[in-house]
Amino acid sequence: MTAVDTAPEPAAAPPPKEEQPRIVTRDKRHTGWKLLGIAVVWVVGWSLLKGQNTLAVPFQQLNSFDTWINGLRDDIQAAAQTNWFFHGVIGNISDFFNWLVTQIQQLVSIPSPPRPVPEIGWLGVVALLGWVGLAAAGVRWALLVIVTVLLFGFCGLWQDGIDTLIITVIAVVTCIVIGIPVGIAMSRRKWLSAAITPVLDIMQTMPSFAYLAPLALIFGIGASSAVVLTIIYSLPPLVRITEHGIRTVPATTIEAAGSMGLTQSQLLRKVQLPMARRTIVVGINQCTMAALSMAVISAFVAGPGLGQDVMNALQNLDVGTAAVAGGLIVMIAIMLDRTTTAASERRERVQGRVASVSGMGVMLTNVVLERLPRWASEDSRVSRRRPSALMRRISLGVVAIPVLVCVYLSRQYIDLAQFPESWDFGGDIARKINDFVNWFVNQVDTFTTGFKNLVTYGLLNPLQDLMAQSPWWLMAFVLLSVGFVLGGIRALVAVAVCEAIILGTGLWNDSMITLTMTLVATILVMIIALVLGVAMGRNRVADVTIRPFLDTFQTIPSFVYLVPALALFGVGRFTAIVAAVAYGVPIATKLVADGIRGVSSTTVEAARASGITSWQMILKVQIPMARESLVLATNQGLLYVLSVVVIGGLVGGGSLGYLVVSGFSQDQLFGKGLAAGIAITALGVMLDRVARYSAARYGRG
Amino acid sequence: MTAPTMEPEHRQATAGSTGDAALTVDGLWKIFGARADKIIGTPDADLSRKDLQEKTGCVMAVKDVSFEVAPGEVFVVMGLSGSGKSTLVRMLTRLIEPTAGSVHLGGEEITSCDEKALRELRRKRVGMVFQHFGLLPHRQVIDNVGFGLEVRGDDRGDRRGRAQEMVDLVGLSGYERSYPDQLSGGMQQRVGLARALAADPDVLLFDEPFSALDPLIRRDMQNEVIRLHHEVGKTMVFITHDLAEALKLGDRILIMRDGAVVQVGRPDEVVGAPADDYVKDFVSDVPKSHVLTLRWVMRDAKPGEADSGTSLPAETVVREAARAVLAAEGPVRVVDGDRVVGVVDDEDILRVVVAEEHAS
Repeated sequence: MTAVDTAPEPAAAPPPKEEQPRIVTRDKRHTGWKLLGIAVVWVVGWSLLKGQNTLAVPFQQLNSFDTWINGLRDDIQAAAQTNWFFHGVIGNISDFFNWLVTQIQQLVSIPSPPRPVPEIGWLGVVALLGWVGLAAAGVRWALLVIVTVLLFGFCGLWQDGIDTLIITVIAVVTCIVIGIPVGIAMSRRKWLSAAITPVLDIMQTMPSFAYLAPLALIFGIGASSAVVLTIIYSLPPLVRITEHGIRTVPATTIEAAGSMGLTQSQLLRKVQLPMARRTIVVGINQCTMAALSMAVISAFVAGPGLGQDVMNALQNLDVGTAAVAGGLIVMIAIMLDRTTTAASERRERVQGRVASVSGMGVMLTNVVLERLPRWASEDSRVSRRRPSALMRRISLGVVAIPVLVCVYLSRQYIDLAQFPESWDFGGDIARKINDFVNWFVNQVDTFTTGFKNLVTYGLLNPLQDLMAQSPWWLMAFVLLSVGFVLGGIRALVAVAVCEAIILGTGLWNDSMITLTMTLVATILVMIIALVLGVAMGRNRVADVTIRPFLDTFQTIPSFVYLVPALALFGVGRFTAIVAAVAYGVPIATKLVADGIRGVSSTTVEAARASGITSWQMILKVQIPMARESLVLATNQGLLYVLSVVVIGGLVGGGSLGYLVVSGFSQDQLFGKGLAAGIAITALGVMLDRVARYSAARYGRG
Repeated sequence: MTAPTMEPEHRQATAGSTGDAALTVDGLWKIFGARADKIIGTPDADLSRKDLQEKTGCVMAVKDVSFEVAPGEVFVVMGLSGSGKSTLVRMLTRLIEPTAGSVHLGGEEITSCDEKALRELRRKRVGMVFQHFGLLPHRQVIDNVGFGLEVRGDDRGDRRGRAQEMVDLVGLSGYERSYPDQLSGGMQQRVGLARALAADPDVLLFDEPFSALDPLIRRDMQNEVIRLHHEVGKTMVFITHDLAEALKLGDRILIMRDGAVVQVGRPDEVVGAPADDYVKDFVSDVPKSHVLTLRWVMRDAKPGEADSGTSLPAETVVREAARAVLAAEGPVRVVDGDRVVGVVDDEDILRVVVAEEHAS
């Protein structure tokens, strides 16, 4: 039956008026035509006015804003001894974290005077961390912890590895102390939530790189700055997820509790927190991963740890060394992710919750996704009764004895205190990697160069020419109108504000170059994400095969992606783009896959029943119905990509990112670096708002 | 706002006076929206729901509802979704604050008591069972049942003992250590029931407790409630949208529509003398012979008919009386106590039974 054949049925009486749903007729928006129109105006304008009013500024040239910031920095440094705020508040916070980091370092990683070695030697540290892993997550994960920490030593990066852990742990603990109460408070008071949520929005939209300069301005550089930076960056996810967890406790349960006369504090302690516990642990997991990522990047403000090694090696184009340090960061990421995840699952098991239908689903997925062999009998999935908790405590107590012996021994013998240098294979590994990379790059050179040229000449150069060589007012107009066409008046306002800020920083031209790279990378991300995501959404096997990789990739701090990209493509813009694509693909792919999977199975079945082909199914049913997820994936892809594109300044990515990097290495460029940070934030907010408002308009099909 | 068809004698028989009622609801209103309290007493209050919403933006949920529940009575509030019945039951313990009106439990006014007294009352005097159970997934059955006792501060030994009793009472012995998601829906609701009973409350409130269950399990649970009512004799207020359930469980039924009371009465009154077309339509599918008593089908005796022969009490349900009446030679006398109030013959019985056959 086709639409043409169907005459309106005369027999059907119109339903009573009040029952008719109100039909909102929407004018067709002709978005495509409008965008095409804008493009025509743009290209014509560009071809006529190319190269005029581009607002390009030479690298070393400072404008008044930059010098003002430089002055501000000098003032703050001068005021650090006198001003009550910088001396009394900031100074004390700074001193406290410096003191704390040093204390812990002396305990485990640097000589603690008068001893020539730390209070606890490497053997003790390994044993202690293994024990913590055992207590939190179980035997398998304890082994992973021990292997990871030992690798620090074998790679000759013992102190840096431990320092990275120290910064991360201090930040996470502080976040838990601050973030969970704030999240709880937000879940209970609407006004508080309304006040804080927009702040969290902005904080999460800001690329990690943009945090660096303002923090350095206030806290200076060093360990305390790194800690504060890490705390600020990793706090939002925990607050958010805590609030969400408490809010999503079912209203029926809250009501039932209310009918039994619970006080507010009983409600929190006995109902909401226990029921939200799992979600909160997920929040801690997210917080930890964010913290690690930032702890690595904090190398730019002279934060101690593995980030330093990666950064220096990248700057010296020493891929081997960067790969060793980067590999360790990946190991730490996997270790932290797996232990915190296992901790949340374990809690559940100890309570003996088994196999409801959904629980079964989660469990199956977990079983399939486990990437490490399951050794321990201790971990056998389901232990129903509470006594197992008691058993666990006893076994932890028993294991604690050899741990303490290790700690004692590590205080007595120098070889057990200081990781033996003869075990340091870091240099060898780095050389081997360098050799391999050279060989490999030679083998695939034709391919990589071809690909690089294709994207560079086919997409990147023309677009950059168009965006950066257009007069600034033409470009500003183009962005405004695209924003308006896609996202309506609110997007227009957002774009206008962000453009004004970018103009104010005096970095218009650099911002346009960065924007070009971001857009190109996002296009690549979305192509890959669509292909992988559709495959995963439609095919269980593809999903089960690909998802673990995505999960792992997602835990890797953005910084590390630069290493393989540099190895393959050498110094340049393109390397930054490749790293950004690699970083953006996992999240975008997952969102696309979930969207495709989320298409109602009834609709899919009905479409299949009408004899649709696979391609028709994808193009006419699944992708249109998953539109909301696609828009969300693009939004997230943009933000992820932007955050790496700017870090790419380190490997020749140029423009804003490079300015940020230079701001830390060259004293007189500090102001310009901070201005670049502001421009990055403005770009991020602009992209986010346009994507978000267009999602609001087009997302609902 | 009482039902127009209520006969005075029935009213006397079923509803106690204010003094000894277990629960008294007087002129209870709930209007959702800004400045809702200003509406009551104005002509706006008489507008239909739709008109009121268009005019003021407020939603009339419950409109001037009054009733009394006698101690030990099972009082059913019945209505379709959106009729305001769930709002009504929540106002009884102020889970939703009433806009106007009063609720008395025993002699105590719930609507005016402070936060602390209200909490005490919820802890000790009223138990509630919810449609979606509202169990705590992180606690075992026994701890869910004892939860109310725990929050009011009973010591561990006492509450374990009491909770165990309740678990046994609702037939869940052996499942004390299970977690809610290991149980079927019916069993979960038994936990909900046990939890409500554990505090030994004066009044039990049921908010559509069985609507989420399969029909067979629902029937089991209804019988369970009847059994528990016999054993513990609690006053119960039972919300449902299922007429059969209302007729089966209720000593009296209150029918709501658009927030207002349409009729209050015993099951046979609701079926035999529907207050308006709405109720009539509602009860049209009910097998009348299962609900109506002889009082509803008898006629006045002609001279001589009431002198001798078989007699049956007026409260006998038609279905149960049918065989005796059909077997009798002549008309059967209907008695209320010792007094003959009328007679029924084959014709009267068949009229009810055959009408049903016809309808179905």
